[in-house]
Amino acid sequence: MADIHLEIGATVAIEKPVLEDILLSLRNQGYETVGPKVKDGSVVYAALSSMQDLPKGYISEQEAGTYRLIFTGHADYFRASPGPHTWKQFFFPPRTELTRFHRDTQNPKNWSVDQKPVRPPAYALIGVRPCELEAIHIQDRVFLREDYKDPFYRARRERAFILLVNCSEPVETCFCTSMGIGPRAKEGFDLALTELDDVFLIEIGSETGRMIVANLPWEAASAFWIQEANHKLDAACQNIVRTMPASEVLIERLMNDLDHPRYDDVARRCLSCGNCTLVCPTCFCWDTQELNTLNGQVAHRERVWDSCFNPEYSYVFGGNTRPTTRVRYRQWITHKLATWHHQFGTSGCVGCGRCITWCPARIDITEEAAALVKEV
Amino acid sequence: MTTITHHKTHARPSAVSTAHPMQPFWAELVEIQPEAPGVGTYWLQFKDDGLRSSYHFQPGQFNMLGLPGLGEAAISISSSPDAPQRVGHTIRYVGNVTNAISRLKTGDTVGVRGPFGTPWPMEKIKGQDVVLTAGGIGLPPLRSALFTIMNHRQDYGRVVVLYGARTPQDLQFTREYKDWEKAGIELMVTVDRADDTWTGSVAVVPILFYHLRVNPARTIILTCGPEIMIRFVIFEALARRIPPESIFVSMERNMKCGLGQCGHCQLGPFFVCKDGPVFSFDQIQPYFNVENL
Repeated sequence: MADIHLEIGATVAIEKPVLEDILLSLRNQGYETVGPKVKDGSVVYAALSSMQDLPKGYISEQEAGTYRLIFTGHADYFRASPGPHTWKQFFFPPRTELTRFHRDTQNPKNWSVDQKPVRPPAYALIGVRPCELEAIHIQDRVFLREDYKDPFYRARRERAFILLVNCSEPVETCFCTSMGIGPRAKEGFDLALTELDDVFLIEIGSETGRMIVANLPWEAASAFWIQEANHKLDAACQNIVRTMPASEVLIERLMNDLDHPRYDDVARRCLSCGNCTLVCPTCFCWDTQELNTLNGQVAHRERVWDSCFNPEYSYVFGGNTRPTTRVRYRQWITHKLATWHHQFGTSGCVGCGRCITWCPARIDITEEAAALVKEV
Repeated sequence: MTTITHHKTHARPSAVSTAHPMQPFWAELVEIQPEAPGVGTYWLQFKDDGLRSSYHFQPGQFNMLGLPGLGEAAISISSSPDAPQRVGHTIRYVGNVTNAISRLKTGDTVGVRGPFGTPWPMEKIKGQDVVLTAGGIGLPPLRSALFTIMNHRQDYGRVVVLYGARTPQDLQFTREYKDWEKAGIELMVTVDRADDTWTGSVAVVPILFYHLRVNPARTIILTCGPEIMIRFVIFEALARRIPPESIFVSMERNMKCGLGQCGHCQLGPFFVCKDGPVFSFDQIQPYFNVENL
């Protein structure tokens, strides 16, 4: 193969077992390979030691408030749609130490700060869906703003390797197409894989990706395979049933009717549990927590995921600026679908449908948005 | 729809590390001035010589003050921007961090990050009449603006301070009222509840507008205090034909980072910590009248 030059943008084919070589090659280069894995009855993202860890043979059935992982024994590695986990846990971990303070033994009034630079692992994300890749790009805009770049996020994000998997099997709760994303990604990955019956088609997205594939037994992608992939992904588009109103409509209607009666209605159903924010791949709010050793000599300041559904989230002295579920839900949905545009020039929603699947009260963001844009 | 620009004209905050924006800089507590029951001014000096001389702020901005093991709190700077080597923070002891600060003694160490947020528009309002309207602990951030006015008195027209506290004992900075008046600043004070010694006004702050004649074309309102007070101050100002773009309010929200990052301080499309705390009323008008936004 050495005489053929593999270019960025090229699509080639590999036998499925060659994916193991990709994982091996990534690990040899120092990457920690993480990806979908079956655990506790759902697909989670965790360390992958081999492609045998992938949820081969599984499918997931998802509906509002419903998730079922079913083993059918099919031969595909990536057919099972994502579960509650998102990739944000690797770049923006649920808990990060911001600072470690040590009390000065000579002068206990003084503190020193641990300056030990922590080099985070370089992650290779295996099996990122197009909607999830878009979510990563949205969090990039949040954490790597022009005027302020989060050093923790950046250190984890900039070295990451992304192996994307185009989505051939959307579930009932998906609505990526109406967010302009669709089951096929165009850029921002190192390698993009489309799973066919016998082979993986691999699109080269970066130099890192090119170098990995170049050393593997790849073959040219035949017209037959490319056509098969196209059909598969087009069919996936057709299978997406939920839709979200257009962003311009959402921005205009949500912000001009902040006391829409629908909020009273949804408040009667919403438990304010915060599941939707935890499973959301773009939700970025965080809180700080202080952890002290019992002898008072060391204090850790940590950053932890927070949720706008927590009462403490909007607490100020003298009260709570958002005291009810009604206004917390309003904050969540208006931020996600409207004010996110003002803040970051993009929607905060990618249409992954997790907030619908994992809501114990079966609240459906597409349904609520559709009701909220209607004038009453 | 307008996208909020993240580029601010003012310089990068001097006590915020680019490499590690959540890491505090150490300052020594050099002086404590009791102001009122439960309120004190804490004077801080950065321990690092370089930072002490490079640190500067504008009136209306705030610092995140923190104690290891307890956390941080957003505190307005109440001292003069023209003397930034010693930074004054007037604090009411209400939460974990502020109560811990109340137990500190001079010589103790405090972690500081800042200054954050938008300032009062002191440049833009030169030549105008200024009415500073404060309630309770809303006065400290306006006191910083008052210093700028007094230090450059000829740059501003008529200056009035309308200030209210719960009781006469709760009035802050009483020792400075004479200086303010000497600088040609009119001061009107009111309390919610009087005591035997009080001969002044008993009313809520917005009522003071009834004793004030303003020229709406050249009057700027700067206001900070409880949100309910701000609402009625705006009401009174608008009733006097003062345009929304001449009214500036300083908002309070829960804040953890000061960087527009943690999400807590959102008010509609704004992050109060970086797009505020000082807003012109026309900016926040659409969101201001929405309850619990």
